[in-house]
Amino acid sequence: MENGDDKGPREFDWFDRPKSRKLLWRILIAACLISFLVEIPVLISHDRHAAAPIDFGKFNIPGFYAVLGFVACTLMILVAKGLGIFLKRKENYYGEPEEETLPEDIDDDVLL
Amino acid sequence: MTTFFSDFPPAFVLILGAILVPFLPKKIRSYYVIALPALAFVNVYFLQLDGNTKWNLDAFLWLTNGEALELLRTESPGAENPEAGYKLAKAFGYIFCLNAVIAFIFAFYVKKSTQHVAALIYIGGALGVAFAGDLLTLYVFWELMAVSSTFVILARNTEKAKRSAFRYTMIHLFGGLLLLAGIVLTIQSRGSIQFDGFDFATEQSAGTWLILLGILVNAAVPPFAAWLPDSYPEASVTGGLILSAYTTKTAVYTLLQGYAGWEPLIWIGCIMSVYGIIYALLENDMRRILAYSIINQVGFMVCAAGIGSPDAISGATAHAFCHIIYKSLLWMAAGAVLYRVGKSKCTELGGLYKTMPLTLIFGTIGALAISAVPGTSGFTSKTIIIHAAEHEAAHGHASLWWAWLILEAASAGVFLHAGIKFPYFVFFNKDQGLRPKEAPGTMLTAMAILSFLCIYLGVNPQPLYDILPFEVNYNAYTAGHVITQIQLLMLSALVFFLFLPMLKRTSTISLDFDWFYRKGAPLFYKVTDKSLNSVNAATRKGIVDGLIPRLSSFFASAPSRILSWLATPVWLAQGLNSAEREKRREQLFERGQSGAFPIGITAILAVVLLGVLYVFSWFTR
Repeated sequence: MENGDDKGPREFDWFDRPKSRKLLWRILIAACLISFLVEIPVLISHDRHAAAPIDFGKFNIPGFYAVLGFVACTLMILVAKGLGIFLKRKENYYGEPEEETLPEDIDDDVLL
Repeated sequence: MTTFFSDFPPAFVLILGAILVPFLPKKIRSYYVIALPALAFVNVYFLQLDGNTKWNLDAFLWLTNGEALELLRTESPGAENPEAGYKLAKAFGYIFCLNAVIAFIFAFYVKKSTQHVAALIYIGGALGVAFAGDLLTLYVFWELMAVSSTFVILARNTEKAKRSAFRYTMIHLFGGLLLLAGIVLTIQSRGSIQFDGFDFATEQSAGTWLILLGILVNAAVPPFAAWLPDSYPEASVTGGLILSAYTTKTAVYTLLQGYAGWEPLIWIGCIMSVYGIIYALLENDMRRILAYSIINQVGFMVCAAGIGSPDAISGATAHAFCHIIYKSLLWMAAGAVLYRVGKSKCTELGGLYKTMPLTLIFGTIGALAISAVPGTSGFTSKTIIIHAAEHEAAHGHASLWWAWLILEAASAGVFLHAGIKFPYFVFFNKDQGLRPKEAPGTMLTAMAILSFLCIYLGVNPQPLYDILPFEVNYNAYTAGHVITQIQLLMLSALVFFLFLPMLKRTSTISLDFDWFYRKGAPLFYKVTDKSLNSVNAATRKGIVDGLIPRLSSFFASAPSRILSWLATPVWLAQGLNSAEREKRREQLFERGQSGAFPIGITAILAVVLLGVLYVFSWFTR
C-alpha cells in the first residue's frame, strides 16, 4: 500500500488516528499529482515507450494512464455495486451448515 | 545423480515419494515433504533434451497405434523453435517445485498426513502434465490432479468442505470427459498421440475444440469458473495455499503449449480479467477475494495464449511464474490470519496491523507484486503481456487495442481488489478488538522467502527471462513504463479511497454461475417433480384407479348380466316368482365370476352363439 505502512508498524494505533489518516490522504493526492507532473518532461523527450519500437502517437496525451486508471476503477466499482443489487444474497442462501472457520489441521495453539 | 535425473520424470519423485509419507514419524515427515519437492526441483534442473528414451513407454502400443507414450517431452525437431515447448515445460516445472518447497515450509505444523499425501500426488500430477509429450499421458496426469486435489479439499474435514468437494469433483469430471472426448477425436483425426501446438488456421475440429473446452474448465473460465471460489476457500489453510497454484496454472501451461494463437482466447482472457475483479469487489471472505483474483490473473495469461506471439507466450510464462509466487504469498498471509484469528470475513476482521505487523508487511509485498508496482515481480512479468498486446495491435491487429485497453484497465482493477482491498480490510479498516499473536515462525519464514523472490524478480528479472521459452527483448524499467504504471496505480488508489463508503463490506455472498447447479438444479428437480409427477398422479387417478377397475368389473360381470338378461324371459315363462328369479340371477353371477358353468349350459350357449353368428353373417353377406 502506498499510504505508508512500510514505516514499520509497531504495536500502536497510528493508522487509527484521524490526524494520520489526514496525512495519508495528503500523501496520496500528492503522489497522484507528482506522477502526473513527472510525465511531462518524459513526453516532451519522446522517451515514454523508449523500449517499444512503436509509435504511440494517439496515446501520447499527458495523463492518459491517470485518466484510464481513474475511469476504469470508477466504472468497475459502479458496475460491481450495480450487480451487487441483483447478485448479493444472505450468507446462508445455499443452506450450508454454519460452522466454525477455525482450521482443524494444525495442532498448534489456535487463538479464539 | 545428474545422469539419473537427466531422464527421470520429476512427477514420479513426488508421487512415489508421497507413498512413504504416512509411515514417517511426524517430526521427520515435515522435513521430508519439504525435501521431496526440492529433489524434484533438482530433477527438473538436470532434465536433458536428448536423454528421454527410457521413459517413452511402449507397453501401450496396442492402444496408441504404435506410438510410445512420452512421459518426458522432447524437442520438436520440425518446429521453428524446437526447444520452445521443452523450455516452456521446464519453466513451469521449476515454479511448481519451488512453490511446493515453500508451501510445505509454511505447512510445517500440519499434523495430518493425508493432506500431505494428496498434495504431493497433486503437485506430481501437475509436473506430469507439464512434461507430458503426448495427449494420453497428459490426460492420465490431468485426472490424477483432479482426484488428488479433491482429497486436498476433503482434508479440511468439515461438512462444508465435503459438499464443496463434491461439486468440485462433478465439475472436474465434466471437464475431464470433455478433454477425453476431444483427445480421442483428435488422435483419430491426426493419427498421432503427440501433443504439440494445434494450429488455429488449419486444425480446428470438434476434437481440438473439445480439448480446449476441457482445459478451459480447469483454467476457471466463466461460466465454468465458480468451482474455484467455491472450493479453494473451503480447503484448510495450507490446502487452499497449495491448490491455488496448480490446477489453473497447468491449464495455462497446456494452453500456451497447445493453443497459442487461438484468437477467441484473447477475448476469453479479457472477460476473465474483468469478471475476477467485479466479483472480488463484491466478495466479503478474504480467501474468496484471493480466489476471484486468481481468475483475474489467469485472464491475463489466457489472453496472452490467444495473442500467441513469442513475446506473449514468454510473458505469460513469466507472469505464471511470478503469479504463483505472489499469489502463494497472499494465500499465506490470509492463511496466517485465518489460523490466528479463526475468521476470514472482511466484516469480522480489521485492525490487525497492531499485532501481526510481519504478516502485514509480507502480505503487502504480495499485494504490491500482484498489482505490478514497479520494483516487484508483477511489474517485470505482467507488463510483458501488455507490451505484447500493444505490439501486435500496432502491427496490424487493430482489434487488439481493445484487448490492450481492457488489460490496462484490469491492471488498475487488480490494485483495487487485491492490492488495496485485501490488506486494507484485513489489517486496517475498523479495529475489531482482535489482538492475535503474530504468525508462527515457519509461516513467517515461508512468507519471507516469497517476499524476497517478489522483490528480487522485480529488481533483477534476468534469471527469470533466461528460462522463458522465447527470448524476450523487453525492459520494464524505461521511464515511460514506470511513470505510466505509477499513474495508473496511484489514480486507482485514489478511486479506492474516494469510493470507500461504497466498498463497505456486507456479510453477504454473491451469486455466481454455481447458482445453476446449487439452486438451479434443485429448482429444476422441483419443477419437473411438480409438472411431470402431477401428470403422473392424474394418470394414476384417471386410468389406474378409475378406468381399469371399471373395465375389469365390466368384463367380469358383463357375461353374467347378458345371461341374466337373456334368461329372464325364460324364467318368466317358467312362472318363477321374483324371489326365485333373484336367486337364479345370483347363482348365475356366482358362476360368471368363477367362470364355472355346467357343461350343458356352456354347450347350449355355444350353440346359441353359433346361431347368432350365423344369423349375423347371413345378414352381412
